[in-house]
Amino acid sequence: MREVRLLVANRGEIAVRIIRAAKELGFVTIQAHSRADADSLAVRLADEAVDIGPPQASKSYLKIEALLEAAKSTGATAVHPGYGFLAENADFADAVEAAGLAFIGPTGDAIRLMGDKVAARQAAAAAGVPTVPGSEGHVRTLHEARPVVARTGFPLMIKAAAGGGGRGIRIVRDEAEFERLLPQASAEAKAAFGDGGLYLEKVVERARHVEVQILGDGQHVVHLFERECSLQRRRQKVWEEAPSAGLSAAVRRKLCASAVALARAVNYRGAGTLEYLYDDQSHDFYFIEMNTRIQVEHPVTEMVTGIDLVREQLRVCLGQKLRHTQDQIRLHGHAIEVRLNAEDPARDFAPGPGTIDRLSLPGGPGVRFDSLLYAGYTVPPFYDSLLGKLIVWDEDRSHALARLARALGELEIGGVATTRALHLALAADPDVRAARYHTTWLERWLEENAARLAPATDRTGEVPTA
Amino acid sequence: MASKQILSPLPGTFYRRPAPDQPPFKSEGDTVEVGDVVGLVEVMKSFHEVKADAAGTLGAFLIDDEDAVMAGQAIADLEG
Repeated sequence: MREVRLLVANRGEIAVRIIRAAKELGFVTIQAHSRADADSLAVRLADEAVDIGPPQASKSYLKIEALLEAAKSTGATAVHPGYGFLAENADFADAVEAAGLAFIGPTGDAIRLMGDKVAARQAAAAAGVPTVPGSEGHVRTLHEARPVVARTGFPLMIKAAAGGGGRGIRIVRDEAEFERLLPQASAEAKAAFGDGGLYLEKVVERARHVEVQILGDGQHVVHLFERECSLQRRRQKVWEEAPSAGLSAAVRRKLCASAVALARAVNYRGAGTLEYLYDDQSHDFYFIEMNTRIQVEHPVTEMVTGIDLVREQLRVCLGQKLRHTQDQIRLHGHAIEVRLNAEDPARDFAPGPGTIDRLSLPGGPGVRFDSLLYAGYTVPPFYDSLLGKLIVWDEDRSHALARLARALGELEIGGVATTRALHLALAADPDVRAARYHTTWLERWLEENAARLAPATDRTGEVPTA
Repeated sequence: MASKQILSPLPGTFYRRPAPDQPPFKSEGDTVEVGDVVGLVEVMKSFHEVKADAAGTLGAFLIDDEDAVMAGQAIADLEG
């Protein structure tokens, strides 16, 4: 293979993660950075760095021309988009390939297909993957919507087909509410997105969020089992595990096979995740969407399979074949990841940038810390609040929980408020320890418990007995 | 001459409008009451209102829309 010069078109902990994987493959790493990130850990670790513009992401990390120009001026041969920013922007993927560079992700067309909620559902249905009962295509009027409701029942979610990030979502609980809100939702979608198309979906209450990691080389696809990310706040994951404690071996087999079937149907290349809702009463699972990128929570999968996902993603997107057959990929032990955000859980998770004046990292067996931190670093205010991820592995879930509490007790991040206290409290919670939760469990737990997550508890971690 | 200034309480990105397709909260020459919102500062993807802590007439904006701002930096002159 000729020399690979990899432009990292992202920032933060994922940029660090990508640089590490790329260096191990012998690639030259080039960190694209905004002016607020000139002193970031990623810039320090990369072989080269290139300025792509002002601090605001809209003028740097989201600016396609600036990144293409940086790739050109540095002689890059490949571009890794990380997650967020332009990672799932089909036009960016197309532009990178049109410039003669390798895009470390799927083709623009695959991103486009999976980014369109209706097209993705149709692709899933065609591959025999169950989807949440809902509309087959876009609906705009009550007349079009009534037959769908007859099939799904209530509660029902109305979403703008062109929306995203939770925008334009309404939940209706009865006929009258539905008749009143549907025309309003369509008018709003038309005003906000220029397209009044809606889609309707049954609300699966008390569902667990499970997702299957896949890797494809454009021809063959393998799965690396599932993760569970049911602990969420405002639809943001805060704690992730692999495998899911809520699945039987039989359901796991069916779920993972369905993910491979769908990814294979679209000749998927790269690392991808198929997200599902899982009803642990009926044991039914429903595909919700596919993320065509490496995800924040990928390390838990790496810990239980022993496979470096970013390394394999780089290889397949540079034209190599998958190196693992399905039967070579084994599930071993249990892993948990918690997100350390620069947010104060005692003050409604108010985010706060600042300078890291003390940093003490946990160690010992089965402990990994992926982060953007170093002592003395000033966390800029312009980007999201993720500082790092503490990941632990152990032979089973109860040992992993004890190890997590022990490692959180060793972790000290001084100078900014973090979500460490939240994770210590969760690790000791009886419902969490019994894996009795669903996607709205944490919000309710916080209503009762957020007050006792005072910063004072951030100092000493109580290690719960296993 | 400006008698006072409106300062940003937080570091981040300053916005003069509630949304890109809406008019600015305030324009130069507008009358401002205590507690009036003159802009937003985005800090780590969360938005905080910048309010006037004195009444007066809004002078020049010292920071452009969507520019980076430091905590304590002056956003606009307030005459009055």
